[in-house]
Amino acid sequence: MHSSVGHSLILALPLLVVAGFAILSLLERRRLGALAPVSFWRRNGIAISSYLVLAVGLWTVMMIVLPQLYMIDLSLRPKLPPNQIGGPRDVYTLENYRYFLYGSTSSTAAWNTTHIKAFFLTIGASVLVTLLNFILCYPIAFYMAQVATAARLRIFMLMLITPYWVNEVLRAFAFRVLLGSQGVLNTALLKAGLIDQPIDFLGLDIGLYAGLAYAYLLMMMFSLYNAIESLDRNQIEAARDLGAPWWYIHWSVVMPHAKPGIASGATLVFMLNAGALAAPLVLGGPRTLWFTPIVYDRFYQAFNWQQGAAYAFILLLACIVFVLLVLRVFKVSLGEIAR
Amino acid sequence: MMSAPLTAAITLDHVSVRFGSFTAVDDASLQIAPGEFFSFLGPSGCGKTTLLRTISGFVEPSEGRVLLEGRDMRGIGPNKRPTALIFQNLALFPMMSVADNIAYGLRVRNLPRRARLQKVEQLLDLIALPDQGGKRVDELSGGQKQRVAIARALAVEPKVLLLDEPLSALDLKLRQHMRNELRAIQRRVGITFIYITHDQGEALTMSDRIAVMNRGVIEQVGDGRAIYETPRTAFVASFVGENNAFIGRVTAAADGIAAVDTPLGPLRGRNLRGLVKGSEAVLFVRPEALRPDPPADHQCIAGQIGEIAYEGSLTHIGFAAGATGQTVTMTLARAAAATVPATGSAATIGYLPADALVLPRESFGRD
Repeated sequence: MHSSVGHSLILALPLLVVAGFAILSLLERRRLGALAPVSFWRRNGIAISSYLVLAVGLWTVMMIVLPQLYMIDLSLRPKLPPNQIGGPRDVYTLENYRYFLYGSTSSTAAWNTTHIKAFFLTIGASVLVTLLNFILCYPIAFYMAQVATAARLRIFMLMLITPYWVNEVLRAFAFRVLLGSQGVLNTALLKAGLIDQPIDFLGLDIGLYAGLAYAYLLMMMFSLYNAIESLDRNQIEAARDLGAPWWYIHWSVVMPHAKPGIASGATLVFMLNAGALAAPLVLGGPRTLWFTPIVYDRFYQAFNWQQGAAYAFILLLACIVFVLLVLRVFKVSLGEIAR
Repeated sequence: MMSAPLTAAITLDHVSVRFGSFTAVDDASLQIAPGEFFSFLGPSGCGKTTLLRTISGFVEPSEGRVLLEGRDMRGIGPNKRPTALIFQNLALFPMMSVADNIAYGLRVRNLPRRARLQKVEQLLDLIALPDQGGKRVDELSGGQKQRVAIARALAVEPKVLLLDEPLSALDLKLRQHMRNELRAIQRRVGITFIYITHDQGEALTMSDRIAVMNRGVIEQVGDGRAIYETPRTAFVASFVGENNAFIGRVTAAADGIAAVDTPLGPLRGRNLRGLVKGSEAVLFVRPEALRPDPPADHQCIAGQIGEIAYEGSLTHIGFAAGATGQTVTMTLARAAAATVPATGSAATIGYLPADALVLPRESFGRD
């Protein structure tokens, strides 16, 4: 396939999607007849409606759809010298994806174990960090949402938010200072006589997991807080009055109520963790190869944007599939998350 | 008066509850018999809900003791007490089915599945919602939710069922229907019901006995008739039922009758509290004790007929007392109402001294 076809496709696809939705809404309107609610255009007037449609449409298309489509397109092309781009060898190919699996664009003899291992490590570790985040945040979120007085709540909020004024890179390096073998924590432990050899927190990846867990803690915290905050306190008391011990109240009343919040917090934290770059770069142990630095290297070390795009998409697709799977298992719909 | 039971279902022994400097319940003492339908009646903020939460264990008394069947409940949490509470907003679990709601307390008690299902079945029959166990809570009507909440509480076989204004969210028709239903359920299960309400109609129609509360204090305990006909305090007289109040000072007291010097002139009524000459008093006359064109043995008030509100079997007549213009309400049955002159005409109304009560004024009408 020639490259100009691909580019025109990129431009045409969003328009097709928009047109598709317009047709769907027209069909529905026709089916409902007089029952149809007041139309969007009539309710907001032509000027405001056009502005809303154009602004949202342009934003979606320019900022989200087009770049992503361009990256997909890129990931499906071979890396070529500039003078051959658009030439006869510029055809659609899966060789970048093949490279991820086999470590070569042509041979399928051996698996690309380094990259595949890094990929699954990233997914697995992100799941663990998400769990860790949930365990850390749930009690605090419950306390803030149901127990704390207004004044106490304000203090908690401030204490949670202000540390995030520090930027991510600085925070990651601060963790290095804290956890390094000459770091604050080791020095303190040595001085106290609790250990006689410094513990290699960074080599054991404790630094990485701590840094990751800390980096996106607020996403979990506020998702949980919002969900638990809307729970009627009488329901907790009713459960208690009926004889439930505290843990069963959480299991049977609070968590089911907060399920959408738990799901949205968990998906956010998981996605952000799997795509995190700064913490793995700064805090990753020498034996740990995270997937995002590999993607980064494809772009800027190998200078192979086609491959980088393919790698990034593999990560994105895996995350989306994983998240949808988990949502299905826990019977949460996407609509509930957005509540 | 009912005979003192061997072991009261509930004993309040000088219970006080304070939040900081605010006293929500002040030295409440009473006994509630097993199987009794007992109501706490009072305006909002009178401390009745706090008292209920103290009995159910969500609030510990600052002073005094709560005894359930003779056992001191101090330090025993709400999940360990043989009470079940029905919340004002019912607090059903919306993510569970009707059956799961009812079975909640049974699941907590690790009742085997078979027994649990059987029990839920029985309770659904009791509340007249058979075969509705699979429904979601939000598919039910207000009255049905009400009954599910009752079933959920009864499932754990409490010794005492505590109800916190459970009917206040329902419309009038349904509320009246649920009154009968509640009473019927209580007779069927035979356990003690403690009912909190600010609605005197509910309290009077349903209860065996009523405790009227005001500002954290239990002002009077008695059956509906006693509360309505012989209130012990000015607050009870004015809060329970309609009443006309005339503030004044006792000028003479003899033979159980006191004369009170009111702005409308001297009026006489029963002196059950034994007020002596000179004490500040309020004389209460029920609207239905008043009649137009009183005979000679009646206490008389002159004035002018005001608004006439026809209500079918009854007619409420506003009456502007001549001396002060104070509005006095008179309620007449249909036949008597037909003879009342039109609005604006001068008239005299009156009552028998035996139908009026003279009570100590205390803080009545001062705030």
